[in-house]
Amino acid sequence: MSEEEAHVVSYRTYILVWIGLLILTTVTILAAQVDLGAWNIWLALGIATVKSALVVLFFMHMKYEHWLLRLFFLGALATLAIFIGLNFFDILYRYE
Amino acid sequence: MSEAPHRDDAGAKLGMWLFLFTELLLFGGLFVLYAVYVTRHPESFASASNELDLVFGTINTLILITSSLAVAASVTALRKGSPGTAQVLLGAAIAAAMVFMINKYFEWSEKIEHGLYAGSSLLKDRADGWGVYFGLYYFTTGLHGLHVIIGAAILAWVFIQVRSGRINREHYISLENAGLYWHLVDLIWIFVFPLYYLIL
Amino acid sequence: MTQAANPTGNDRGFLEGGKYPGLFGWIFSTDHKRIGLLYMYAIITAFIVGACLGLLIRLELIAPGETLMGAQTYNAVFTLHGVIMIFLFIIPGIPAAFGNIFLPLHIGAQDVAFPRLNLLSWWLYIIGAAMALASLFGGGGAPDTGWTFYVPFSLETSTNVSLAAFGVFTLGFSSILTGLNFIVTVHRLRAPGMTWRRLSLFVWALYSTNWVQVLATPILGITVALIVLERIFGAGLFDPTMGGDPIMYQHLFWIYSHPAVYIMVLPAMGVVSEIIPVFSRKPMFGYVAVAVSSLSIAAFGSLVWGHHMFTSGMSDTAILVFSFLTFIVAIPSAIKVFNWVATLYKGSISLAPPMLYALSFIILFSIGGLTGLVLGSAATDIHVHDTYFVVGHFHYVMFGGTGFAFFGAMHYWFPKIYGRMYNMRVATIAWAFLFVGFNILYFSMKLVGLRGMPRRYYDYVPEYTTLNVVATVGSWVMAIGLITMFVNIFVGMRRGAPAGDNPWKSATLEWTLSSPPPAENFEKEPVVTHGPYDYQEAGLL
Repeated sequence: MSEEEAHVVSYRTYILVWIGLLILTTVTILAAQVDLGAWNIWLALGIATVKSALVVLFFMHMKYEHWLLRLFFLGALATLAIFIGLNFFDILYRYE
Repeated sequence: MSEAPHRDDAGAKLGMWLFLFTELLLFGGLFVLYAVYVTRHPESFASASNELDLVFGTINTLILITSSLAVAASVTALRKGSPGTAQVLLGAAIAAAMVFMINKYFEWSEKIEHGLYAGSSLLKDRADGWGVYFGLYYFTTGLHGLHVIIGAAILAWVFIQVRSGRINREHYISLENAGLYWHLVDLIWIFVFPLYYLIL
Repeated sequence: MTQAANPTGNDRGFLEGGKYPGLFGWIFSTDHKRIGLLYMYAIITAFIVGACLGLLIRLELIAPGETLMGAQTYNAVFTLHGVIMIFLFIIPGIPAAFGNIFLPLHIGAQDVAFPRLNLLSWWLYIIGAAMALASLFGGGGAPDTGWTFYVPFSLETSTNVSLAAFGVFTLGFSSILTGLNFIVTVHRLRAPGMTWRRLSLFVWALYSTNWVQVLATPILGITVALIVLERIFGAGLFDPTMGGDPIMYQHLFWIYSHPAVYIMVLPAMGVVSEIIPVFSRKPMFGYVAVAVSSLSIAAFGSLVWGHHMFTSGMSDTAILVFSFLTFIVAIPSAIKVFNWVATLYKGSISLAPPMLYALSFIILFSIGGLTGLVLGSAATDIHVHDTYFVVGHFHYVMFGGTGFAFFGAMHYWFPKIYGRMYNMRVATIAWAFLFVGFNILYFSMKLVGLRGMPRRYYDYVPEYTTLNVVATVGSWVMAIGLITMFVNIFVGMRRGAPAGDNPWKSATLEWTLSSPPPAENFEKEPVVTHGPYDYQEAGLL
């Protein structure tokens, strides 16, 4: 991991991110008012993913971190995805 | 043992991130159950979620997002050499955490008054899926609320440290790590909010 | 690097002195070596308690019908045997005890990255252990669910499941903190010249283990927390009448608990990878392959939890998928075994006690691993599921594997920790008793399992008597071996002959220090110039 001074993120960036989060919150609430069937949940998850990406990249400084830490983070997410995903081999095929 | 205390900011940050991974996976167990049960009972989940108050949920979302902004900005303030601003921002975030918990208290008591609590007789009579929906709702938001309280306590601790000057322009890693923890609390809520309040 | 002189001039190294006097100098010490030793003493104590419970189980099973205890007591005894052996002995065993002492030394560091966190994790271990043991005596009686806490029984039984589950939660937290600490240590505190290619395979194995600890243990935390919450509130998350699914409990439980078997066995493989080259006087064959296989075991191990649930009512598709994935894990495991054997080939092998344990590991782990494939393949698993075949299998891999590696590590690092040597001849005799007793005991279990004897009952039909008697006699032989071994170790601690700094002529860094190592480890930061098994370069051949 690199030793150089960590990046100082400007107030401006943070406020832009915050505005982005507010907009996305509004979008997700509005989108939930339209009945899209099963797509509602995927849309909500998609927006939540974008929101959390903003938080992780800027508020949590991941954008400015060493590539190895980013790799670890993706690894943790992949692990969670596997722990959720493999269950569906059971759940989706249980009542054939 | 006698040498000067070893300082390794990058190591401390890596340690914090690893700890956040464990938090993520801790909530992950509940998300596993959510994913499975929403697949199995989509209608019950949709109708049960209508019982939740969107106003409470939205206000709490805004509170957490804004408090996250305050904590993130407090790091910048400290790094730019204005600890006073950092303290104000941290204070605001702690206040936001308290408002969040007060909201949660009212929200939960309203539900419980209506007989909607984990294991209630009302839920036992409802269709399959209502029971697990509210079980998961209470355990997830309860665990999240616990993290809000812990996070606020950590923020209060760094607030005192900034005040006393132990956390300062050069030694800011504790503030940054406390901030990371607080952002994680926000991050979890970003998923809890749509999954519990917004699905139709 | 030559033998570092002990700067303080006393020959008891880290074992003497300290910040606080007496016992407090130990239980509040942040020195990784002291914490490691505290872990080792606690873990060996837990092992002895667990072994006694195991002997009681075998004694009960020496004849059909009630021999020694009734069904309820028997259920409590095997539950406690499982909880203690799994959560207090094999999971923390090698990483927390030997990892704490030797991981920083292997990479040339002063301590772990977060020494105070390290002390906290020991305290959490002790608190969790106390809770698990206290559950024996509280109101509702000792837990009788088995170590897996399966629902719905664990939610309905009136025994002290909540306290035991909370103990497990605490132990999991302790395990997480150790894992986190070690990962940061390996990344941040390697000495100059200690490249990733020069890490010992013990460190590689621990590093892989630590990732499993960090990423899988939280799932155990939430699972046992849900047990406690369900017992209090009855929300019905695993209750079909409320829309829940009891099989989801099993999923959650095994999402952690299968990776956990790699938390148990990977460090053991690391120990074996240390011992084999030293006692063959040859560099490790296929170093990179062995290092990578540790990582891939950790990764693949997270994909296979479903093979514990082939008869639970899981979907057929899931059975096929998990069965297939299970076979993949056999590949990296086999890579390790082949490389160990290749290292032995044409080596100058000396059969010192650590080597005997390492070789036993290879044999016993192979037997256990191959019978594991019988269980991993769904068609055969249906027949032997929940029989003593399974019990035999996991004792071969866990005890024959990790347990023997733990003893091997004990005999290998003993002279470094205490600066003394145990009696080699007695150690060899103890090993012989252990090895013979072990095979008598657990091979009989496999046979009786193949004939259909189910696990977890205090009684059985008379046809199984002969093999059960043989198994019980085997447990006595093993008990003799264990007693001999521990007494020998204890006597060696007190009165053993001075061992010297590097009795085995090993090339890893801990052996460049005096024995016992000085409190501050390396007087000045070592500069590493050769790999961990380059005996030629280290001038040890």
